[in-house]
Amino acid sequence: MSEKLSRILPEITPANEHFWHGGARGELSFLRCRPCGEWIHPPSPVCPRCLAKDIAVAAVSGRARVLTFTVNHQPWIPGFPPPYVIAIVELPEQAGLRLTTNIVGCRPEDVRIDMAVRVVFEQHDAVYLPLFEPEERA
Amino acid sequence: MKPMLEKNAAITGLGQSEVGRRLYADPLALTLDACLAAISDAGLRREDIDGLATYPGAGFGNGGFSGAGISDVQEALRLELDWFCGGPETSGQLGSVINACLAVAAGMANHVLCFRTVFESSAQGAGRRAGIGAGAGPGFRASGFMQWTLPFGAASAANWIAMFAQRHFHEYGTTREQLAWIALNARRNAALNPKAIFREPLTLADYLSARMISTPFCLYDCDVPVDGSTAIVVSRAELARDLRKPLVRVEAVGSALHGRPSWDQFDDLTTMALRDASSMLWQRTELRPADVDVAELYDGFSFIALAWLEALGFCKKGEGGPFVAGGARISLAGEIPLNTHGGQLSAGRLHGYGFLHEAVVQLRGEAGARQVPGSPEVALAAAGGGPLGGCLLLTRA
Repeated sequence: MSEKLSRILPEITPANEHFWHGGARGELSFLRCRPCGEWIHPPSPVCPRCLAKDIAVAAVSGRARVLTFTVNHQPWIPGFPPPYVIAIVELPEQAGLRLTTNIVGCRPEDVRIDMAVRVVFEQHDAVYLPLFEPEERA
Repeated sequence: MKPMLEKNAAITGLGQSEVGRRLYADPLALTLDACLAAISDAGLRREDIDGLATYPGAGFGNGGFSGAGISDVQEALRLELDWFCGGPETSGQLGSVINACLAVAAGMANHVLCFRTVFESSAQGAGRRAGIGAGAGPGFRASGFMQWTLPFGAASAANWIAMFAQRHFHEYGTTREQLAWIALNARRNAALNPKAIFREPLTLADYLSARMISTPFCLYDCDVPVDGSTAIVVSRAELARDLRKPLVRVEAVGSALHGRPSWDQFDDLTTMALRDASSMLWQRTELRPADVDVAELYDGFSFIALAWLEALGFCKKGEGGPFVAGGARISLAGEIPLNTHGGQLSAGRLHGYGFLHEAVVQLRGEAGARQVPGSPEVALAAAGGGPLGGCLLLTRA
């Protein structure tokens, strides 16, 4: 997956712009509740923990661990050929702070649950997709 | 003690259209075939139907996902409705039937006609279905939940459910050789069902050599899109005694969703919404899993049926793999006969309603060559995976 693929991109809205544009600053960004510190994803105008509305955008470290994954072999999207690895990764900033993403930079057969990964952005115009690659190259 | 109104509901009528691949039939015509058959099966007249329920309603999804809505059927049959409800935001496909149970129990209606129609096979034949939201053309942008999955090529529930299965494999040591038995058992039963789509024998070797779709799922872990409609009449039990067929009562339902309503944010990645629905069901009855004679559990992907088996307590959590391995326990003569019509894997993706239909067929003793021996009295019908899940426990009165 080194060359850029023909991906379906997200529709950018005021609610999600921080997430999809954050890669321009090299940052993986989420909403975070100011009073209680809860990271909020997907974005919501109210903190799901303390119900406060005082919410700001903040960057995380970009490190993560693979919770689960699948190697997709079925061609679903024209211009986006299999095989590729889809994963759910969890960020160390908070239990349950997760993303669906792709694991890149290694062979699909080398991906493992609990593997340490770090974010790498793939730019499509103004949209920066957060993908993840192994923390240590195999 | 909470009131348990669903115990005042009964399943009185069953109907099903022709079911097949590439029928290229008008989906409303399929729907009406099923609806009229169900009304007749119940011994009712069209004028007796005063409620309608469906999942997911008109205009939801694409690629043949919804063949007819409430208004289509009301208009076609000129029904005078006191209560109706159609939509996708309920506890899975059978949430629509659970709603109908409450409507009759509350006196909002006497006889609710519930239906579900798909024409995904013909839509696929016409080139209209790839992944969900895929193939929408240049300039298409993903929104809502799909924005978090489609940009990464996670375009199908095959991918999303595969990740649950992979996590289950990791935590509990479940293997493909074990999971295979959900598919092999379904095929074994489908051979006895004249309406099933795939009836030729399937072996473990066939399964293990099939092409992979999304690891750990191969082709045979994925259900088969079809065209067809299933209809079910739900009546208030006191009105059901004089109808044509043996009375099947609703003993308990499960509609709960306590975890996050999401395919990738659910707390426990080895189970799904069906955990909460199952737990609720057993809080509403004194019957126990050991009392169930037959289980019809959603297998849109094989792993979902395994997850339902665990969540409903037919085996312990994490032990679904060893439980189904070899296929004896889940066979027609086994301790809990599973997906006796062939499930969606082999009998076709009628999307949830096929399981409830088969549960009632079994309780009535109308299943012919695939009839579970011993005159089953208690059946479980369950549908949904991911954030969708709803279940009904049925008894022969």
